[in-house]
Amino acid sequence: MPYLANTDSDRQIMFNVTGSQNFDEMWQQAQVDEPVPELHGLSAGVSEFEVTNILRKLAAKNAVHLINFLGAGYYDHIIPAAVSEITGRSEFYTAYTPYQPEASQGTLQAIYEYQSSICRLTDMPVANASLYDGGTALFEAMMLACRTTRRKRVIISGAVSPIFRKMLSCYSGNLDIELIEITPGSADDSNQNEFPLACDKNTACVIVQYPNFFGAIEDWSSCNEAIHAQGALTICSAYPIALALLKTPGKMGFDVVTGEGQSMGMPLSFGGPYLGFMAVTEKLMRKMPGRICGRTVDKEGREGFVLTLQTREQHIRRESAMSNVCTNENLCALSALLYLAGLGKQGLIDVAELCTAKAVFAREQLLNIEGVSAVGGNAFFNEFVISLPGDAAEITGKMIDKGFAPGFPLGRYYPERKEQLLVAITEKRTKEEIKALANALEAVL
Amino acid sequence: MKLIFDIGQPGRRGVSLPRPDVPRKTAIPASLQRSTPAALPEASEQDVIRHYTRLSRKNIGIDTNFYPLGSCTMKYNPKFHERIATLPGYAELHPLLPQLRHGGVLTQGALAVIYEAQSILCELLGFAEFTMQPLAGAHGELTGVMLIAAWHKAHDNTQRKVMLIPDAAHGTNPASAAVAGFITQVVDTDNSGNVNLNDLQNKLGTDTAGFMLTCPNTLGLYDNQVRKICEMVHQAGGLVYCDGANFNAIMGRIRPGDLGFDVMHVNLHKTFATPHGGGGPGSGPVGVAEHLVPFLPVSRIRKRDDGTYALEYHFRKSIGYIAPFYGNFGVILKAYAYMLTLGRTGFRKVSENAVLNANYIRTRLAPYFEQKYDRPCMHECVFSAKKQAQNGVHALDIAKALIDRGFHPPTIYFPLIVSEALMIEPTETESKETLDAFCEAMIEIARLAETNPEALRSCPATTPVRRLDETLAARKPDVAASLSQ
Repeated sequence: MPYLANTDSDRQIMFNVTGSQNFDEMWQQAQVDEPVPELHGLSAGVSEFEVTNILRKLAAKNAVHLINFLGAGYYDHIIPAAVSEITGRSEFYTAYTPYQPEASQGTLQAIYEYQSSICRLTDMPVANASLYDGGTALFEAMMLACRTTRRKRVIISGAVSPIFRKMLSCYSGNLDIELIEITPGSADDSNQNEFPLACDKNTACVIVQYPNFFGAIEDWSSCNEAIHAQGALTICSAYPIALALLKTPGKMGFDVVTGEGQSMGMPLSFGGPYLGFMAVTEKLMRKMPGRICGRTVDKEGREGFVLTLQTREQHIRRESAMSNVCTNENLCALSALLYLAGLGKQGLIDVAELCTAKAVFAREQLLNIEGVSAVGGNAFFNEFVISLPGDAAEITGKMIDKGFAPGFPLGRYYPERKEQLLVAITEKRTKEEIKALANALEAVL
Repeated sequence: MKLIFDIGQPGRRGVSLPRPDVPRKTAIPASLQRSTPAALPEASEQDVIRHYTRLSRKNIGIDTNFYPLGSCTMKYNPKFHERIATLPGYAELHPLLPQLRHGGVLTQGALAVIYEAQSILCELLGFAEFTMQPLAGAHGELTGVMLIAAWHKAHDNTQRKVMLIPDAAHGTNPASAAVAGFITQVVDTDNSGNVNLNDLQNKLGTDTAGFMLTCPNTLGLYDNQVRKICEMVHQAGGLVYCDGANFNAIMGRIRPGDLGFDVMHVNLHKTFATPHGGGGPGSGPVGVAEHLVPFLPVSRIRKRDDGTYALEYHFRKSIGYIAPFYGNFGVILKAYAYMLTLGRTGFRKVSENAVLNANYIRTRLAPYFEQKYDRPCMHECVFSAKKQAQNGVHALDIAKALIDRGFHPPTIYFPLIVSEALMIEPTETESKETLDAFCEAMIEIARLAETNPEALRSCPATTPVRRLDETLAARKPDVAASLSQ
């Protein structure tokens, strides 16, 4: 049996000290009077070597040979080696939540630097230490808005990730929250004009995505002004890599900025672990959910870091806490920090510029194919929609057989868009791969 | 120590990137372009690595020190797990791939990992089905109480709005119940550290939705009234939630599903040896008895007769999407590796040794520290520093003194019903020598509390910083480095 240190003779001494003869007696003294279960359904344990072989074989059954143009909120970016080198240090990954600050200054300073980086990227003054993922972060943002405004009507754009929207409706099921969806325009726009019209004095918040699910970028500044006039908060879920180049959510007047942080140094890893980030205005700081790290001084005047504003949290406030979140995604936040620090100010811009230039190139190549047409595409970052001459899901199946994950067929979540494909390009894709995608698509059409 | 933003020079570059191989064009209109670049670090890769390597050395982890943090199960994290999670077959797999036509066949290995891990949990805990989707322990609790809400809704029990929770419970229990829309009510603990059955009976009623019980409880005690409690709550028309934060104490020895619990979460980042990461990522799979299966979140994985795996989404009664995909897959993968390593008989050896280690510490320290509930414990023991507090040495001082002696402190001031609580959980992976060294440090501290309390109140002295001003931190929050820096 691995991972047990004590020998039989150690145990004998320990039994003598504790006053029991053996394990059976130990359980009895601890008042466990249940029969021992047989566990017939389980097989015998095997060595690490054998387990590794089993899991290597299973890994080989997963297709990672496909050339990937699939995004839809989760992107295949380059991950600098510095990220895993640091997150793989067991001083970081075998620590618990930093409840004892003197013994956790490494984790705490990293959280502070992460919060600072998120603030700088989003152009917001305050960020928390992380939430589970982009969807749960958006739910927490919605709850923050309902709490702050004491209102229960929420307006959400239909061009927010359909996955996030499904999560929000799942969570608000028991909460007496009215979720109103604004149908996107017929191309790739969010139908901005509808938002101020739908907003009234009972509206807690308006939730949009930037760039939206179809990849389109829109200026929300004047829309946000109209929404604020009704006393509602404005929330956006943003793609952090795009923010390297885009007008910032802070400048556009959002009150809460959340997002999926996976693109900042986390592998796709079949859906997790990922990272939910959240940044808010100064005014909302004390209502924000999740851990927050703050800088302070010790009794000798040296600078140091602690978890702060803890009276918002479940271990102090219990049922009245701002959220039930306890364990968050600390190591993923560390990945994001290493990613942003490793690439740095110019490196992140370079990544984003590569993405956008390759996306423009890819869109041109794909639109050159007979029968393929544009859907919007006036303003986008690295993802765009094209319309195919046929069922996009079926065509995607044919492309998979040719070795490409060509994008995400929109019909699954938007039945009226059965012929549309959402294509994402990152800096990892080469000109040759993009041309090969276009050639393969032309061949299957 | 400097912040990363204070390191490097304007124009300094880090990681190298591919050369552009397409024309430098953009589809971002000028009006939507960022006006000033984000003020991120401008440092070389070496600058960055050195900065964070230095920061890592200001941390205590399981790999550097004994870490008996109660309720957190800080056991050894096997190293081969970390390597498996980086295999490209897992790490590079896009979660939307199974939603594409012909994509399902390309993710069979990953679906097998999730399905087989949940099957092992079903057998080990005695539940009909598990969902691996919850992303942490508290997220599992939230999922569990949402399942209870959905069950009541389906039975037209709209008046059942009250979730009963013991006074000893973790703060996440009432917080999770509140997020799911319940009103919470507290149930007392009796003089022996068990649920006060009279109080429970008085509070059960037609408004009861359920009862959330940590098993074994947060005092580290096994409440042998569990079967009776489940019967009482069921009799009153409620369901019983088991908080499995302490499952390490009974793994392989007791199946909570057999005791009458309806729904339960376990923490893979505690019991199943996946790392805590300094506060996540975690994973909190939820198991349910047969009657709650229809309400489980989607997607669900089915094993077909031909041995392949399919994702299914259409369940009329499902609560819906609690997570974007299938859970924290990377964490589930490591936990599955752990389950395969332990096997049928290994699970019980874990709990046996965890309980023995805790009772060893309990017995050795009993002469020096008070116990509110003086009886053999499970995987953790809870002392009170009441006696020491009379000399002005509080639980916090003891914690800080332990840091100076090379140990991570136990959990302090929890559970709330024990004043000056010190909650010690050694886990099964620690050796007798380590436990002895810890006990000797605790005994020395107990003696100092009598002879030289002042020496303890000034600890820690060996750490990068000394006690920090938390009041200042909360009064004048500095939570992000200002741009002028």
